Amino acid sequence: MITLIAWRNVWRSKLRSMVVITAVALGLLAGIFMLAFSYGINQSRARDIIETRISHVQIHAPDFKDEMKVSLTVPNGAQIIEQLRQDEKVAAVAGRLVVQGMLSNTRGAHGVMINGIDPESENALTRFAERQIAGKDSFIKKNNGIWVGAALMEKLGYETEDSLGNKDYKLRKKINLSFQRSDGQTQAASFRISGVYRSVNSKLDELNVYVRQDALAALMDTSFAELPVHEIAFLLHEQEVSEDSVYLASLGERFGDVQVENWKDLAPDIKLADESFGITVGILMGIILLALLFGIINTMYMAVMERTRELGMLMSVGMNKGKVFMMIMLETLFLTLIGAPIGMLIAYGLTLYFGSAGIDISAIAEGASSMGVGTMVYTELETAYYFTIAIMVFFTALFAAIFPAIKALSLNPAEAVRAI
Amino acid sequence: MNVIETQNLHKTYTGVVDVHAVNDVNIQIEAGEFTAIVGPSGSGKTTLLNMIGGLDRPSRGQITINGQDITQLSNNELIDYRLHNIGFVFQAYNLIPVLTAKENVEFVMLLQKRPEAERDARVKELMEAVGLGDRMRNRPAQMSGGQQQRVAVARALAPKPKFILADEPTANLDSVSTATLLDIMAELNRKEGTTFIFSTHDQRVIDRARRVITLEDGKIVSDERRD
Repeated sequence: MITLIAWRNVWRSKLRSMVVITAVALGLLAGIFMLAFSYGINQSRARDIIETRISHVQIHAPDFKDEMKVSLTVPNGAQIIEQLRQDEKVAAVAGRLVVQGMLSNTRGAHGVMINGIDPESENALTRFAERQIAGKDSFIKKNNGIWVGAALMEKLGYETEDSLGNKDYKLRKKINLSFQRSDGQTQAASFRISGVYRSVNSKLDELNVYVRQDALAALMDTSFAELPVHEIAFLLHEQEVSEDSVYLASLGERFGDVQVENWKDLAPDIKLADESFGITVGILMGIILLALLFGIINTMYMAVMERTRELGMLMSVGMNKGKVFMMIMLETLFLTLIGAPIGMLIAYGLTLYFGSAGIDISAIAEGASSMGVGTMVYTELETAYYFTIAIMVFFTALFAAIFPAIKALSLNPAEAVRAI
Repeated sequence: MNVIETQNLHKTYTGVVDVHAVNDVNIQIEAGEFTAIVGPSGSGKTTLLNMIGGLDRPSRGQITINGQDITQLSNNELIDYRLHNIGFVFQAYNLIPVLTAKENVEFVMLLQKRPEAERDARVKELMEAVGLGDRMRNRPAQMSGGQQQRVAVARALAPKPKFILADEPTANLDSVSTATLLDIMAELNRKEGTTFIFSTHDQRVIDRARRVITLEDGKIVSDERRD
């Protein structure tokens, strides 16, 4: 009966209840959708950087990443690559040379990271060729070919723009690369721009240039018995495996004196965004629920004040404090929990829809690109977060009920029953 | 046998000036009485009723209900005492607006955890007794004031309490509704032997009471039996 009274009380003032229910639904809808948008950006950045840059796991010679010395190649790199190709957990693998250097043309010089890649295996790993936006050369065919990012092309003065704003790039231009060889001598070489690429991250596009691995190796040092690599990157069939420390340790034992790191170690900003998302959920939903809390308290407080005489009667006829408290609690819970699933369901539906259709943010493409975000954001949110939010809503409702319930209990039945 | 007995009952509201709302009241009410407590406004009728009903505590004195001194009960024990011993009828009906007439009548029995079959039978019996057998599914807003007060009487009687306290039960009713209600209460008093105590200054109620206790300034100034 207490439950029945509480439920019917919710609908006593339909307009007032509907205002609260709508506020709860809209608040949750907005909050969850914002989270799904933010989570979608995080996931898309993580996916993009994994699939197009760093892969799930990378292997380097110890100290290479700290010192970036050309001589610090991965010991037995070619055999390791071959063994990884045989590993059934590995989906794709590629070896790279990574050399710090200077790129210069007639307009000036820029610090760059020269990536020496094997076009075929690199394309299998990172689908690099898909990012080509100019150039007829199919993925660095020639030894002196170099692919430069669109952002760097602009800096080099090789970007043109017509009156309609369409951009074009000057190809076949000669540029010079200089870097330190493994013997400590400085090496300089000329390359011709055979392709321009653009990824979702303009900052990285400005920094990285790509040449053939064999061409770079020849310039670095001629004494290598086999094609050297500074970096072995590979994708796994299941991303979770890359987060398995036992698996990573087993790779270290298997390949000897090498440094094995997964994507979280390689991209700490992505790791931070991934791991701190729970905090984001807590803060954002906390703010929204705090605002709703006051609305709910206000509504329930008014409801209690308006029903003073009725509450006085209930207490007079022998309804104990526990039941009065429970009735107000249930009423508040109903009021809140009717709106919550509505808001959450709509948010879930919108997240699914925009997770498939995407949200076009090309209007802010430049800013997004500098943060490694593409022009389309696909919303997504793990189911676990819906449960977290549902629990937060439940406790908000409980908390909101306490004050009106205490007010109800503080009534003197003899006086309340005569209240006007 | 006395159902209610008060001894040297006092209630003083302290303030700038102390107000002795009830001043040394000694009454004995036997089972089956149909008693009106009358007096002008401020004479202490409602305060006396509240103390007998366990809604207020006396400043001094004893209230014994069926041999138990209720002034010694804790607040929680008083709630339980009210639930199992007293039926209340209020001036403003005070039905639960979201419940139907049937649900209102069985409400106290539900609090007492009486079985459904017993509740159903009792509700039906009482709703017919108050002439509202066909209005069981109506909510209070769909009934007149007189009908609502009849439902309130049925609610008070439903759990078969030791006595019923009715505070100005006819104050908001027209003469026809008052007459009907008084007939019903008198009939139930006779048929079920339930003790009724009214506070009132409605002459129509006073005329029907078999005992009239008159209060003035918190003191009993007359106690007239008409049996």
